[in-house]
Amino acid sequence: MLYPDTVEAEILVHKPWFVATMFAIVLLIFMALNMSGTSFAELMRPVIGEPSTSGLYGRFAIGFAIAVIFTLNVVLIGFAPLRLQIGIVWLELLLLFIAFFETFHLSLPFIREKLPFLISQGVVTTLYVSAISIVIASVIAVAGAVAKLSSNGFAYAIASFYTSFFRGLPLLMQVYLIYLGLPQLGFVINAVPAGILALSLCYGAYMTEIFRSGIQSIDRGQWEASRSMGFGFALTMRRIILPQALPVIIPPTGNQFISMLKDSSLVSVIGVWELMFLARTLGQKTFQHMEMLISAAMIYWMLSICLELIQSRIERHYARSKVR
Amino acid sequence: MSAEAIIEAKAVSKWYGQFHALKDINLTVHKGERIVICGPSGSGKSTLIRCFNRLEAHQEGDIVVNGVALHGKMENVAAVRSNVGMVFQHFNLFPHMTVLMNCMAGPMWVKGVSAAEARKTALQFLERVRIPEQANKFPVQLSGGQQQRVAIARSLCMKPDVMLFDEPTSALDPEMVSEVLETMTGLARDGMTMVCVTHEMGFARAVADRVIFMDAGQIVEEATPDEFFSRPRHDRTKLFLSQILKH
Ligand SMILES: Nc1ncnc2c1ncn2[C@@H]1O[C@H](COP(=O)(O)OP(=O)(O)OP(=O)(O)O)[C@@H](O)[C@H]1O
Ligand SMILES: [Mg+2]
Repeated sequence: MLYPDTVEAEILVHKPWFVATMFAIVLLIFMALNMSGTSFAELMRPVIGEPSTSGLYGRFAIGFAIAVIFTLNVVLIGFAPLRLQIGIVWLELLLLFIAFFETFHLSLPFIREKLPFLISQGVVTTLYVSAISIVIASVIAVAGAVAKLSSNGFAYAIASFYTSFFRGLPLLMQVYLIYLGLPQLGFVINAVPAGILALSLCYGAYMTEIFRSGIQSIDRGQWEASRSMGFGFALTMRRIILPQALPVIIPPTGNQFISMLKDSSLVSVIGVWELMFLARTLGQKTFQHMEMLISAAMIYWMLSICLELIQSRIERHYARSKVR
Repeated sequence: MSAEAIIEAKAVSKWYGQFHALKDINLTVHKGERIVICGPSGSGKSTLIRCFNRLEAHQEGDIVVNGVALHGKMENVAAVRSNVGMVFQHFNLFPHMTVLMNCMAGPMWVKGVSAAEARKTALQFLERVRIPEQANKFPVQLSGGQQQRVAIARSLCMKPDVMLFDEPTSALDPEMVSEVLETMTGLARDGMTMVCVTHEMGFARAVADRVIFMDAGQIVEEATPDEFFSRPRHDRTKLFLSQILKH
């Protein structure tokens, strides 16, 4: 959260103009949408009669009912304390989401049947590939950042060429180039190592830039103090600069980790049996694509949430030395 | 004073690009001597003392510290630097470490002292700057004056032969200046060799063996505090003193 002011702010969702505007907008949207064919219209049958013939009055009544429910909901949530507000809104959005999936009429038994394999093969491979890639990418990033900041012409040139190249090509193309290109040079490479290599190199390039800017954000005085005490470069970097750069580096790096987790799906194109690959193939035989895609989507999301939680824990840990 | 020289600067010149920041500086600091450097802003005071531990490089002349000549190809930089303590205007404590760790880091990492011993030394020097009770806090939790005293203790833990101070009190609120000056006076009394850039003329008068006045990259005047304050020889010194003693 931002640093909140001590003066109590007025609650936006309780201001009459806001409530009125919200009500009007919702009403108009749902009138325009023409909900007369939906199950909500069926519920309204006692008021509007046969939905399909209720015309403008029917549309208005449905829109009005939805707008009342919506507005009331928002106004009521406005009374709750902050944490409860957040919880309720999350829950409601989640319910809407589930209702949306409900409309696909997914076959739950099919999902239940395939889920164990989806997890034991797909999730494990996805995690394996991204975890290794993340570690390698972090190592590349530290080295790359130091090289980009060094006064050695070779180091700088190689590092800047590297970041420019791997940030400049689509990841999908890098996956193909490595998998199909390296064998041309005589290095036959399996799909999994090829995928890991592509992901590491690509994310290493992005993270190099993150690490570089993090390192540069540290005050020169820290270098001077370290030098004045006789710390060498490596010691200063490892014990003084990097630990202070980490709080700056972690939020964008967390982003990179989450995005890497999902971009690992790109290695499915070279036949790695990770989550995305299985999601596309398992449902193919019986044309139950949606079941597997949605299951995989949910799994990706849950994995990302785990990473988000880890990230916020680490951020809290580093916030310690900042508070007075 | 005929004691051995700790810092010897001979005909030192330094440029920042085209700008001639130090011009033909000659200065010898003897063991146990307390030297105060003053002068108008931009006169090169910081530049000069930062050359003494080679945070800055000089281009001409020689600087010899503890018998080691400072130059670009020097291999034992760390050894020299760990014998020269430096206290900065903005403290430059390590914010991610506790006060105690700030003081233990140097001896442990540079001199290979054991943690237990580094801890003992650190507590001893924190005691000396009179803040042992803050040992487990982080620097941001301390006042400016306390932070500067930690910075002094941190340098002392390295058991340096000479201490360099670059305007150690000029970033402090007035009521905190005296606690830092007292600490420095105590150090001087214990015989520490000190080179202080400061505008605290009271401190200079009380503690310094020699006052050096710099202007435009040159040493203009060099005298005992008595002479310096009562009989300044140069017009620029007189002007500077009249400005600084006005309030
Ligand atoms: N890194 C640098 N690059 C270029 N010029 C510099 C640099 N550092 C200092 N200078 C110049 O060198 C001159 C001396 O600077 P220095 O910091 O030594 O002055 P000072 O006497 O310590 O002043 P102050 O009392 O303001 O701290 C100034 O004119 C300054 O502009
Ligand atoms: Mg200065």
